[in-house]
Amino acid sequence: MNTEYDLISKQARRRETVRRTVVYTLLSVWGIVVLFPFYWMVLSSIKSFASYNSEHIPRFIASDPTFENYRNAFVQVNLSRYLVNTLIYTLITTALMLVVITLSAYAFARLKFRGRDLLFTLFLALMMIPNELVIITNFVTITDMGLRNTFTGLILPSVTSVFYIYLLKENFAQVPEDLYYAAKVDGTPDLRYLWKVMIPICRPTMITIVILKVIECWNAYVWPRLITDNADYYLVSNGIQEIRENGFGRENIPAMMAAVVVISVPLVVLFLIFHKKIMEGVARGGTKG
Amino acid sequence: MERSGWKAFLYLIPALLFLGAFMIYPLFDVFIYSFEEGYNSASQTYFGTGFYNYSYVLHDPYFMQALKNTFILVIITVPVSTGISLLIALGLSSIPKLKELYQTVFFLPYVTNTLAVGLVFMILFKKTAYSEGLINLLINLFGGRSVDFIDCPYWAKMFVLCFYTVWIVMPFKILILTSALASVDPVYYRAARVDGTSKTRIFTKITVPLISPMIFYLVITGFIGAFKAYSDAVALFGVNLNAAGMNTIVGYVYDMLYGDSGGYPSYASAAAILLFIIVLTITCINLLVSRKHVHYS
Repeated sequence: MNTEYDLISKQARRRETVRRTVVYTLLSVWGIVVLFPFYWMVLSSIKSFASYNSEHIPRFIASDPTFENYRNAFVQVNLSRYLVNTLIYTLITTALMLVVITLSAYAFARLKFRGRDLLFTLFLALMMIPNELVIITNFVTITDMGLRNTFTGLILPSVTSVFYIYLLKENFAQVPEDLYYAAKVDGTPDLRYLWKVMIPICRPTMITIVILKVIECWNAYVWPRLITDNADYYLVSNGIQEIRENGFGRENIPAMMAAVVVISVPLVVLFLIFHKKIMEGVARGGTKG
Repeated sequence: MERSGWKAFLYLIPALLFLGAFMIYPLFDVFIYSFEEGYNSASQTYFGTGFYNYSYVLHDPYFMQALKNTFILVIITVPVSTGISLLIALGLSSIPKLKELYQTVFFLPYVTNTLAVGLVFMILFKKTAYSEGLINLLINLFGGRSVDFIDCPYWAKMFVLCFYTVWIVMPFKILILTSALASVDPVYYRAARVDGTSKTRIFTKITVPLISPMIFYLVITGFIGAFKAYSDAVALFGVNLNAAGMNTIVGYVYDMLYGDSGGYPSYASAAAILLFIIVLTITCINLLVSRKHVHYS
C-alpha cells in the first residue's frame, strides 16, 4: 500500500519535473529570440570594420573589441544632431501635452458645466479615428503654414491625446470630491487646487503617462518623415534611415550598429528603471500592437 | 452649477483647439480631398467631383500589391502572435519563480525603436558579399540552401516581415494575457480539481472562456494594428517599398502623399478611406463573431 503510494507520488513528481522543464525551455527559447537582436547589435558594434567583414562565419564574441565605430557614429554622420533633435522634440511635446491634458481632464472631472457628459463622449469617440486618416490634411496644413522642417511643425499635431485625457480624468475623478468642496469653502482658486492637491495625488498616473509619451516620441517615425526633409531636423528614426541609405557607405555595418545601440540605449535604460510602471501603464490601455 | 461653465471652457480651450485643428477638421477634409478630381496641390485647383480617385487607386497595381501584402501579413501575424503569446502567458503563469524576470525580458521589444532594431533584423537575414548572414548559416547548418531574405524571393521577404512584426507585437499581447490569466479567480480551478477535471478540460472549459474577452480584444487590436503596418516594412526593406514589392496600404498612402512618387493628396485620401473601410468591416465581422464565442461574465 505504502509502496504504491510512493510510486504514484514519484510518478507525479516526475511528470511535474518534465512539465517544468518544457515550460522553462519554451520561455527561454522566446527569451533568446527577444534578446538575441540586442546582443547582436552590441556585438557587431564593437567589431572593427575589417574583422567584421573578414568573418565569413560571424563569431559570437568580439576577439578585439573597439570603440572606433562609436566615434565614427558621432563624427562621420550627424548622430548627435539627431539625438539632440529627438530630445528637444520629446521634451517640448511631452511638457505641452501634460499641460493640455491636465487642464481638460480637470475640467471633465471637477468642473460642472452643461453638456459635459456629451462633450466627454464626443472626446472618447475621437479615439476611434485612425491617425492615417487625418495625417493627410495635417501634412497639407503644416506645409501650407510653411512649418516644414521646423520643430513647431513636428510638435503641433501631437500635443493632445484623447486617450491620456481619458486616463487622467478617470484618476482625477477618484480623488474624493469633499476635498474640492473644502478647498472651495476656503476660497482656494481652481488652478491652485489642481496644482496643490490633484496633481500630487495623481502623480503615479501622470508619471505613467509621461513615460508612455516619451517612448512614443522617441520612436516617432511617420510624421517626422513626412514633415522633415532637411537632415538638420531629423529625429532618430529618420536619422537611422538616413544613415542606412547614405550614411557610412552602405556596407559599414559595425558603424551602423553602433548608431543603433546609441539610439536604443536611452529607452532600454528608461525601461530598466521604470519597467513596473511602463508595463502597468501599457496594461491599462497601451495602444501599440 | 452653471457658473463654472465659462471656466470649464477656458480649461478646455487648448484641447479643443488642437483636436479641432488636427483631428476633426482633417477628418472632414480627407473625405473632401478624396472626391476632388485632378486636385493640384501647387495651384490648389481641381476639375470636378466624383469617384475617380477611388477608381484610380483601385486600378493601381502598386495599390493592389500593397493590399495583397497587407492581407497576407494580417492573416499570418494575428493568429500566430496571439497563439504564441497565449502559450507563453500560460507558461509564465505556471511558474512561481523567475516569472518577473521573464516578463520583463519579454516586454523589451515594446520600448525599442522599430526602425533601429529593424536594421539588426535586416543584417541577420541579409546575404552580403562577405557573409551569408547568420540566419542563412543556420539554415545551411540544417542542410538547407541559403536564401536572400531581403532582396529576393517574395515569400522570403514576406517571412522576414511577418517574423519581425510578430517580434514587435508580442510584448503587448503577452502582457495583456498574463494579467488576464492572473485575474482568473482560483476558486474555479480548485472546484475543477475537486471534481478531478483533466488539465485540457480545465483549459478549454474554464481558462479560455474566462479570458476570452481579452483574447478577443487582442484579436481586434491585432487586426487593426497589422492593417496599419508600415514602419516595420521600412525598417527591413528601405524607404522605396514599391520597388521592393513589399509596400503596405499605409505605405501606399504615404508614398502618394510625399516622397519620390508623392504630391497626390487626393489619391492618398482615397486610399486612406479605403483602408478605413476595410478595417471597419473586419472589426464589425469580429464583433459579430465574438457575440457567439466570447463569454462576458
